[in-house]
Amino acid sequence: MTPEQLYDILAAYARSQGIRLNKDKELVMDIMRGLLTNEQRYGYRSCPCRLSWGDREKDKDISCPCVYRDPDIKEYGSCYCELYVSPEWNEEKIEHRQVPERRPKEKRRMI
Amino acid sequence: MGKPKIRLFTLSTCSHCNKTKKFFQDNGIDVEFTDVDLLSGPEREKIVEEVRKLNPDVSFPTICIGDTIVVGFNEERIRKALEACA
Repeated sequence: MTPEQLYDILAAYARSQGIRLNKDKELVMDIMRGLLTNEQRYGYRSCPCRLSWGDREKDKDISCPCVYRDPDIKEYGSCYCELYVSPEWNEEKIEHRQVPERRPKEKRRMI
Repeated sequence: MGKPKIRLFTLSTCSHCNKTKKFFQDNGIDVEFTDVDLLSGPEREKIVEEVRKLNPDVSFPTICIGDTIVVGFNEERIRKALEACA
């Protein structure tokens, strides 16, 4: 699958969830490449902005869309990677803030 | 103080890490970066340990500008750290 094809699929999917993809297309296309790279490497779309275990079970909470996406969007208007955002975030109605890592430390790859 | 030593710890798949690399490149600033996801074995463990000392969250990018650590592509903080070293 090409990054462009994945973009189209995820854009439609985001809309169906009442959220959007980040309007910064260049950033999003880079994320698409990251997701596809990780899918080829590990066999699942491990979050491109987090160090992957390379183990589907250990990374099931950060397989994109991660389980932290919705609470992050609710609190910050965007997910950790700034791939998925709220409509208000895209329309600049809310401040764009850096999303801190919500994943519990004990789940993170530290080696 | 002259040119600060700048070290980046990044992931090759991370768009914010790529934005960070581009920022330094566009501003003609030499940096040394390590894509941690491309390492393996003992070398990787050594580097991740190094990152953990600088940034206990072990999140990326971790940006070291002189003695200042900036986590995430935060242009404002990066510029301030650069100015502090100038």
